[in-house]
Amino acid sequence: MRSYVPGYDLIQGTGIEHVLEMLGEYRPFAGGTDIMVLFEAGKLAHKNWINIRGLLALRGIDVTTEHVTLGPLTTYTEVRRSLILQQEFPLLCQAAEQTGGIATQNRGTIGGNIANASPAADTPPALLVYDAEVELTSSARGARWVSYCKFHRGYKQMDMAPDELLTRIRVPRRFKGWTHFYRKVGTRRAQAISKVCFAGLKRGGEVRVALGSVAPIPMLLHGANIGAIHPIDDIRSTADYRLTVARNLLEDFLKLP
Amino acid sequence: MAEIRCNVNGVGRTLNVLPMARLLDVLREQLRLTGVKEGCGEGECGACSVLIGGELANSCLVPALQADGEHITTIEGIAIDGKLDRVQQAFIEHGGAQCGICTPGMILAAISLLKRHPHPTDEEIREGLAGNLCRCTGYMRIFEAVVHAVKPA
Repeated sequence: MRSYVPGYDLIQGTGIEHVLEMLGEYRPFAGGTDIMVLFEAGKLAHKNWINIRGLLALRGIDVTTEHVTLGPLTTYTEVRRSLILQQEFPLLCQAAEQTGGIATQNRGTIGGNIANASPAADTPPALLVYDAEVELTSSARGARWVSYCKFHRGYKQMDMAPDELLTRIRVPRRFKGWTHFYRKVGTRRAQAISKVCFAGLKRGGEVRVALGSVAPIPMLLHGANIGAIHPIDDIRSTADYRLTVARNLLEDFLKLP
Repeated sequence: MAEIRCNVNGVGRTLNVLPMARLLDVLREQLRLTGVKEGCGEGECGACSVLIGGELANSCLVPALQADGEHITTIEGIAIDGKLDRVQQAFIEHGGAQCGICTPGMILAAISLLKRHPHPTDEEIREGLAGNLCRCTGYMRIFEAVVHAVKPA
């Protein structure tokens, strides 16, 4: 059933400071591609939202010798088009390409994908293998960086206080020359939400593997130890199928030169 | 209520909207642009596609407040002075429309594709239309219409 539209508030965020002041009572609204689905289904519990989509300070991709830093409002389309990401972080581009259709990619943002904290999201496994960090900012305590592999704590639970805003995402530029492998397995190529999503990196004997849709949070494995994953049965797939696919993808990945 | 200003199909508009109203409903009900169709209402089918700032978007997933300051194009804004766009013409000539519900979204997706890739590969056409579902034609006629809408090199 639809939500009662007048029961919801969405105000215009005029700048980062304004947004930070309002957080707590209000929650940030970026591309809307997840929030509006819940809203339309009558399942959007929180009522007060602040639009951050227009904030230029939260957009764009910056490159330094050490890091590539993404504004959280960077859309999937912008991720796909970024030359530096294509060259050094191709798994992010592949994840963006396989998220929704073109219309969703034009609106949906990488920060939204992180903060919405769906265990089935497509970019988190790539961010995990690339050892991403996220910057969280509050008006009371300023900014702090959190290692992304410690950010998700349980189903839809994050190391992020209600008064904190995700302000930057950065990945270290140390994976050039590694073998990069990304596979999303879903019902069909476009639009479908993952049954299993796999991101892998390797160089010499070193491997980094992360999976989506196989646990309450996106999972970075210890090496190639797949024992840590605990998929479930749900409307999209079964635990058995997911485990089999995850093992097969791992095998494919480990066979790569 | 919130006041938003936007340009819809070349006309400047000042609208009073509920900020979380779907752009889809504002276009259909306030502006009577009923070429914008509602299909799934959850961003899966593309029937409600519009161009916002020239980029394809599902208007069912856009709250009205986010239309503030934007240039929006619906299917009604594609033909100029009654002259059809070559994509529209190609859909007619190649039977790319049957019941018509997906057609406005398909045409906007195709126009957006051809702007990004003026000479798309078959794979690019398929990807460009992948966010739009059709329940009638089986897609090949739509695909062929887009192939024929490509301007000769």
